Amino acid sequence: MSQPILNVRGLVKRFGGLLATDHVDITVNPGEIHALIGPNGAGKTTLISQLMGELKPNEGTVEIDGRSVDGLPTAKRVGLGLARTFQITCLLPDYTVRDNVAIAVQIRQGHSFRFWSAVRREKALAEEATHFLATVGLEGRADDLVANLSHGEQKQLELAVALATKPRLLLLDEPMAGLGHVESQQMIEILRELKSQVAMLLVEHDMEAVFALADRVSVLVYGRVIATGSVDEIRDNPEVRTAYLGEGDELC
Amino acid sequence: METSLKRPVLLASVVIALIALPLVADATGYTALTSLATRVLIYGIAAASLNFVLGYGGMVSFGHAAFFGIGGYVVGILYQHYTLGEPLLGFIPGTNQMLITLPAAIVISGLMAALIGALSLRTGGVQFIMITLAFAQMLFFLFVSLKTYGGDDGLIIRRANELPGLNMRDKQTVYYVCLAVAVLFFFMLWRLVNSRFGNVIVGLRQSERRIAAIGLPAYRYKLMAFVISGMGCGLAGALMANFLRFASPDMLHWTKSGELMVMVILGGVGTLFGPLIGAAVFIVLETLLASWTENWQLGLGLILLFVVLYTQGGVQALGARLFGRRA
Repeated sequence: MSQPILNVRGLVKRFGGLLATDHVDITVNPGEIHALIGPNGAGKTTLISQLMGELKPNEGTVEIDGRSVDGLPTAKRVGLGLARTFQITCLLPDYTVRDNVAIAVQIRQGHSFRFWSAVRREKALAEEATHFLATVGLEGRADDLVANLSHGEQKQLELAVALATKPRLLLLDEPMAGLGHVESQQMIEILRELKSQVAMLLVEHDMEAVFALADRVSVLVYGRVIATGSVDEIRDNPEVRTAYLGEGDELC
Repeated sequence: METSLKRPVLLASVVIALIALPLVADATGYTALTSLATRVLIYGIAAASLNFVLGYGGMVSFGHAAFFGIGGYVVGILYQHYTLGEPLLGFIPGTNQMLITLPAAIVISGLMAALIGALSLRTGGVQFIMITLAFAQMLFFLFVSLKTYGGDDGLIIRRANELPGLNMRDKQTVYYVCLAVAVLFFFMLWRLVNSRFGNVIVGLRQSERRIAAIGLPAYRYKLMAFVISGMGCGLAGALMANFLRFASPDMLHWTKSGELMVMVILGGVGTLFGPLIGAAVFIVLETLLASWTENWQLGLGLILLFVVLYTQGGVQALGARLFGRRA
C-alpha cells in the first residue's frame, strides 16, 4: 500500500489532569474515508484541532505525506493540503455565500498583499467560488448572506469553503450534526462523490452516515483509540459495543 | 441601479460643496467656518485611519493619538532644525517643505506603528486595548520630557510648511491643501478596503479562526493594516501641525485617542465616510456646545449615548435610514 496521507503516532494532549488525547495512533490513506466515532467528550474535536495546529499536543508526531508537521502553524498545514470543517459552523457572517468561498480561493492563491484592485470585480475568483458552491449544491444561494442560510446550508457551505483550499485531506468535524434526515442524505451523497478526489477523516455521530461512507472506522473513548477496523469488524467488536454503541441489540 | 448612481452623485455634490465652502464662508462673513472645516477634514483622515483597524479589522486600538502626535512632531522638529540651521542628529537637515515633511511624517509614524503593532498584536481583546494605550502614554510622557523640543509647552511652528507656488500663510490655501489630501486619502482608502487585502482584513474581524483554517497567517496581515492605519494618522497629524502651526504633547494624549474613537462611533464603525461625518459632528458639536457652556462634554456625552443606543451604526446609518438608502 502507498504511504498514508496522514500518519499520527503517539499523540497526547493533557488539559491539567484530564487526558484528552491518550497516545492516539491513526492513519488515513489516499482515497480513503476513515471515520472516527466515539461518545461525547471522547476527544474527537480536540484531536482535529491538534491535527490542524490550533492546539499543541504534549507528545507525539503528526505527519502529512511522510513529512512531520509538528510545530507548524495552521496556515502552513493548510498549505500542505489539510483542511477542516467546524462542528459549530464558523463562517464569515457578514459576507455572502460566494464571498466566503472566494476568500478561501484567494488565500490559496496566496496573493493577499494586493491593495489596489477591487476583489469583487475579479471574475476568476467568483467563477471558481461558484464552481465549489455547485459541488455542494449551493450555487443558487451564492448571493445570500451567510446569516440568512439554514443550518443545513451552513454545513454545506463549511464543506465548500474547505474544498476551496483544494485539500488532500479533509478533516470533517460532524458534518451531519443537526441536519434533518433529507439533508443528511444529501450530505452523504456529496461526500461519496468527493471521495475520489480527497481523503477524509470523518468525525461523526450519525452511524448511518459512518456505515454508508467509511472504509475504516476507529473508535475513540476517553481519548484512546480502542479499536480500528472495517465497518463490519467494528460493528461486531464486543468492546466497542459496550463502550459506545450500547449493549442493546439494536444497531442503527 | 438607482442606488448605484445615487452614491457618486452625492459624493460629487459633497466635494463641490467643500470646494465652494471658503467662498461661501467669506461671502457670508463666517470666516471661522473655513478653519472649522479644515479641522473636520484633518480629524476625518485620522478617524478614518483608526476606523480601518477598528471598524474594518476589529482591532480596537486605544493608542492612535500616538501616530497623530508623531506626525505633528515630525513637522515641528524638522521645522525647528530648519530655523536653527543645525541638522537633526548631526546629519539630517531640517526642512519647511511640505513635499518632504508629509512623506517623512507618514514614514516615521508607519515605522512607529510597525514597532507598536508588532508587540501589541501578539495580544488581543482587552489586552490589546490596554497595551496600545500604554504605548501611546509612553510616547506622551517622552515628548513631555523632551525639553529640546518644547517639553510640556510644545513646539511652535512660526510658519506653515511651504508648497511650491502656493501661499501657505493663507488659511484658505491651507484648507484647499487639506481638502486635496483628504480626497486623495479617501480615494486610496476606498480602493484599499475593496482590495484583496481589505477582503482578508474584514474577514479577520468576522472570524479569525475561520481565516486561519483556510490558511492565512493572520499576524502579518493585521500588522500591515495597523501600519497603514498609523501612517494615515501620521499624515493627519502633520496636516494638523501645519494648520495650528503648533505641535504639542496634547496631540498624543490618551484623550485624543478617545476623541478619535468617539468620532468613529458617532459616524459609523466600519464605513468609509462614517468617520469623516463623525469628525464633522464632533467638531461642530464641540464648537456649538462650548459656546454655550464650559461643560460641553456633558452634552456631547448625552448625544453619544443617543447615537450608540438608537442609531444602530452611527450618523451614517441614521442618514441612510432617513433617506431610504439601505446600507
